[in-house]
Amino acid sequence: MKRHLLSAADLSRDDAELVLSTAAELRELADRPIKKLPALRGRTVVNLFFEDSTRTRISFEAAAKRLSADVINFAAKGSSLSKGESLKDTALTLEAMGADAVVVRHGASGAPHRLANSGWVRSSVVNAGDGTHEHPTQALLDAFTMWRHLGESKPGGLEGRKVAIVGDVLHSRVARSNALLLQTLGADVTLVAPPTLLPVGVETWPVEVSYDLDAVIPKADAVMMLRVQAERMNGGFFPTAREYSRRYGLDGRRMATLQDHTIVMHPGPMVRGMEITADVADSDRSVIVEQVTNGVAVRMAVLYLLLGGSTPAVGGEE
Amino acid sequence: MSTSYLIKNVSVLGGEPTDLLLKDGVIADGADASADGAEVIDATGLIALPGLVDLHTHLREPGREDAETVETGTQAAAKGGYTAVHAMANTEPVADTAGVVEQVWRLGREAGYCDVFPVGAVTVGLQGERLAELGAMADSAARVRVFSDDGKCVSDAVLMRRALEYVKAFDGVVAQHAQEPRLTEGAQMNEGELSGRLGLAGWPAVAEEAIIARDVLLAEHVGSRLHVCHVSTAGSVELIRWAKGKAAKDKTWSVTAEACPHHLLLTDELAATYDPIYKVNPPLRSAADVEALKAGLADGTIDIVATDHAPHPHEDKDCEWAAAAFGMLGLETALSIVQQTMVDTGLLDWAGVAERMSAAPARIGRVSDQHGRPVAVGEPANVVLYDPAATRVVDPAESASLSRNTPYRGMELPGRVVATFLRGTATVLDGKLQ
Repeated sequence: MKRHLLSAADLSRDDAELVLSTAAELRELADRPIKKLPALRGRTVVNLFFEDSTRTRISFEAAAKRLSADVINFAAKGSSLSKGESLKDTALTLEAMGADAVVVRHGASGAPHRLANSGWVRSSVVNAGDGTHEHPTQALLDAFTMWRHLGESKPGGLEGRKVAIVGDVLHSRVARSNALLLQTLGADVTLVAPPTLLPVGVETWPVEVSYDLDAVIPKADAVMMLRVQAERMNGGFFPTAREYSRRYGLDGRRMATLQDHTIVMHPGPMVRGMEITADVADSDRSVIVEQVTNGVAVRMAVLYLLLGGSTPAVGGEE
Repeated sequence: MSTSYLIKNVSVLGGEPTDLLLKDGVIADGADASADGAEVIDATGLIALPGLVDLHTHLREPGREDAETVETGTQAAAKGGYTAVHAMANTEPVADTAGVVEQVWRLGREAGYCDVFPVGAVTVGLQGERLAELGAMADSAARVRVFSDDGKCVSDAVLMRRALEYVKAFDGVVAQHAQEPRLTEGAQMNEGELSGRLGLAGWPAVAEEAIIARDVLLAEHVGSRLHVCHVSTAGSVELIRWAKGKAAKDKTWSVTAEACPHHLLLTDELAATYDPIYKVNPPLRSAADVEALKAGLADGTIDIVATDHAPHPHEDKDCEWAAAAFGMLGLETALSIVQQTMVDTGLLDWAGVAERMSAAPARIGRVSDQHGRPVAVGEPANVVLYDPAATRVVDPAESASLSRNTPYRGMELPGRVVATFLRGTATVLDGKLQ
């Protein structure tokens, strides 16, 4: 593994499968009465969040704590975009506190890349979502979830599996990271969106693209719905929320066209009634809550592997 | 009495070696007996070009003296071989009144490193709402002839039409920053495959091309002079080529265009570093755009090279991409970049460089009584001596600019400005400011 996790493209297939298999070991911890390992005792993990994201922050926090790391939460309200403290000065402050890993969420694409490559900090940098760029740990937890359901938790388990990613691909860091990671793992990805919500140049991505949800989902093994943010509705990307839901929302009627084994995913937070209806979100096919559980295990694996725990994560108790 | 200089064995525009005497502000024959007592410069291997003229410089004063002042900006210009720069209007306050343009003009005269010709804003405060007092700026001591809201586009079609019409009264030109604002809201880099991958909002070529298409039609309709700033796309070159063909038959209107050195050399691939040293407006484009610009500059579709020298303090670049300022330094590297991209590739000879970097910009800015003249006996002694065989590695710390935001840090570039003379006075000798 590289020293930083900035993009899903940083992971080779071996790296990615090592994260998944490590996460599988760590996930079993969740079923034990005492959920804590000493693997990162004495190490400091800083959660540096320039954007509100309670679910991602507490997931990283739980992951670090279960590995016995010391956790500092740094909610940097107002980035240098809004003339608060600059990213650089914040980074220097954290460096002075002796952080071993910085988990960063930032509204500007590439901010974690700057943090890792500008000589401001020596610690490992984990991208916890940057602008409309990437969210690699989300892609890892999504892959982990698919791997358990569709790949028998074995190496190569996602080879040839068909994944539909549906919605606002243009602004989605989740879609970018998933497209990259799933390709690395051998799955076939189809992006489904109205043309206005697909990035220029998407034809060069290692994915299929479709404007027609009904044509794609009957063949899919997993259907991942993306959130459509409220501000997009005013941006003229589609005429109305109702039209969007009719054409690109997953409802009970569409769910009935899925194969028996097909799972429904969502990175959260959901807009129920917009991209997904309540009956789908709460159905047996939905693995949305499990994704959250898996998120902690995957982030434990990432922190453990990046911080170079030399002893096995599980069973290495002193 | 001021020093006179006898420049020996210099190759004027790359021609046969000759001697030039710079005396009393004009060029005299090197064989002239009055060369006695002149300081002798051995210019063997050096090329003499007319002092360069930049139609597009940001000197930042008044208002942002932390980034650049008229003095430091013109020092950088002199080191780059320039004897005249046009200072853009987007200062604080905006150069939209006779008072501000006269201040900038006066600061340039006091600094003395090169002539400063202020550009006047087209609209009050660059707000794109109503015309600034263009006539007052034209009639001022600064004698403004170039008007631009550069940094912002005069996007309102009626306002642009009126500006083009109005400046005809004093032989002015409107220099348009062609950027359709709605198509570029929040734009960060060239829109293409890479912007999609990097998650940076795209600045599509069509946003530049749509404005150029509109403006050349307006210029034709009202019979005026349009200048297009920092052309960056292949499509723009094509449109300007088409427009020039029409204007050449008509002769009642004209369109001229500039390309920036960075658009002749660098591509959008550099954005993948997320290092905002490469953030500029219009953005770095694709390799195909670079090739089209070079071809356009070679065949005259693009009339001139202009630097768009845009100094910014360190903190405005030492941050995340989206938070960073647009712009890069250009004055001290322009001639080297033009040598590398145009001369060493065989696209332009040195006479062509003199035309694109001195004579043509002087004509567009209506300063060709003093600048952009031939290097010939009897002409004003605005001359640069350039060593095309030298190479150097760009070190931002060596810049005369107050700012350090050069995208060429660490790059090896050909050529070196050895000396610059403004009306016979050396502003640079042996590569050093005087």
